[in-house]
Amino acid sequence: MTSDSIDIINAFALLTNFVILPALSYGSQLALGALAVTLVYSVLRFSNFAQGDSMAFGTMIVILLTGFMIGRGWTISGIPTALLVIPIAIVFTSMYLLTMDRLIYRHYRKIKAKSITIVMSSIGVMFVTGGIVRFVLGATAQKFEDGERFIFSVREFKAYTGLEQGIAFKTSQFLTITIAFLLVAFVFYFLQKTKTGKAMRAYSDNKELALLSGIDPDKMVQITWLLVAALTTIAGALYGLDKGFAPQQYHLLLLPIFASVIVGGIGSPVGAIAGAFLVAFSEILLTYAYKKFLIYLLPLSMHPSSLVQLIGTEYKYAISFVILVIVLLIKPTGLFKGKVIVDE
Amino acid sequence: MAYLEGKNLVASYGVVPILHECSVEVEKGELAVIVGPNGAGKSTVMRVLLGMLEATSGSVMLDGKDISMLSTQDRISHGLAFVPQTKNVFPSMTVEENLQMGGFIRQDDINQTIEEVYALFPILYDKRKQLAEQLSGGQRQQVAFGRAMMTKPSIMLLDEPTAGVSPIVMDEIFSNILDVRNAGMAVLMVEQNAQQALNIADKGYVLVSGRNEHTGTGKELINNPEVRKKFLGG
Repeated sequence: MTSDSIDIINAFALLTNFVILPALSYGSQLALGALAVTLVYSVLRFSNFAQGDSMAFGTMIVILLTGFMIGRGWTISGIPTALLVIPIAIVFTSMYLLTMDRLIYRHYRKIKAKSITIVMSSIGVMFVTGGIVRFVLGATAQKFEDGERFIFSVREFKAYTGLEQGIAFKTSQFLTITIAFLLVAFVFYFLQKTKTGKAMRAYSDNKELALLSGIDPDKMVQITWLLVAALTTIAGALYGLDKGFAPQQYHLLLLPIFASVIVGGIGSPVGAIAGAFLVAFSEILLTYAYKKFLIYLLPLSMHPSSLVQLIGTEYKYAISFVILVIVLLIKPTGLFKGKVIVDE
Repeated sequence: MAYLEGKNLVASYGVVPILHECSVEVEKGELAVIVGPNGAGKSTVMRVLLGMLEATSGSVMLDGKDISMLSTQDRISHGLAFVPQTKNVFPSMTVEENLQMGGFIRQDDINQTIEEVYALFPILYDKRKQLAEQLSGGQRQQVAFGRAMMTKPSIMLLDEPTAGVSPIVMDEIFSNILDVRNAGMAVLMVEQNAQQALNIADKGYVLVSGRNEHTGTGKELINNPEVRKKFLGG
């Protein structure tokens, strides 16, 4: 096809490659993080500022184990080694989070501290965790993806479809979307259908009555941290496979994650996931340069000469922040009515 | 010896003394009511009986056994059940899930008991898939009773079950309570609506400043001129 005609198929292929697939995988990564924040908020009654750095911690374990496995030659061809070590990394991250709970949060639960006090202590945990990660791995960025990089590459796609515009489907994107979907489905099944999951919701709903029903609060807290550790490690590992690992990047993820949680409605698991995709798509749609997209769609005379980029990518975190402010101003309860902690 | 007995209970919140040698008892199939002015320690009696507040002296006996040293959860598994005055359901869970949570500590099949609760409160069966927070005040109270009944308790403790409800709902709740008593349970309740509560009570306690001021059958207390004048508004 010549460039002066309107070409919807290539325009759509372009958008899929640079907006839809990246936003779906980024949204999935945020969704897992946001779900972890929601669980902590609902059961333990505080906004966990250490979430981003905990994801870095989980990823650090994955990176160390991946290095160990590759060093021994214990790999399976085609599959990222990181994927194989995630279960072990979850165990380590659980131990770390449970230790932090034992050392810090349990004390504040015992003295029935106000939510804001626990939030402040979680900021402390955030710095400590971030420090540990930088101490062990250093502050520089690194890649730990091995195995087959693409489900199909741009070249393969073009050869197969004959389109001018190619689509690449990265293994990391495929893994992110699939694993996030399965994990979210599992968490929802657990909360809705199992006795322990229901007890967790009951404990989150009404602590005193849960106690009167014979639900053990310590057990609920531990199970919550185990779930959070799984979500956190997997979210971190998938993000790292997709975009590389850098401690600072993970630290900053806290902002889009909190934005997702608040947009969706604090304390609402469905909301957290919807919010995550909303934030991810906003970030990518607003920072994408539409020039080539418009060239496919518009007649020659109307072709843009500029990049047609609404906001520079360096401002992507500002987008989360603006979303956060808008939601808090217009609809503080979020898309799905969440609940706000009231100190008793 | 009565089925549940609180004998000479003394308790305080911090340094503030609340109960001074207060005693209450209730038999199976009997409805006992504790009435009295605000701050008389009515709810405190409940908290002590349940082990949510430790008594400095006195004892709690259940079926002849001293349960004073047991934790709240152990007392629950020994047959005590409690319906708090407020926040007595899990609001964001369905009616059925509320009942399931009530039976959380049971290892055996709880479906039979759920059916029994539905038989007692048929409206709950129709609303079983609805969230508790979407129900009316009276229906929510039924969920609260149902949740407490899931452990198959032998005694129910109710803290001001009619607080803040309309007179029609109050009648509904009292009739629910009589249903529960007629099912053979011992029921001990604290009530603000003293006149109505004593009307249906088998036994009544008038508590003043943490002491037993008057004790008798519901009728005796209603007909007692002193009780009428002081507590029932003439």
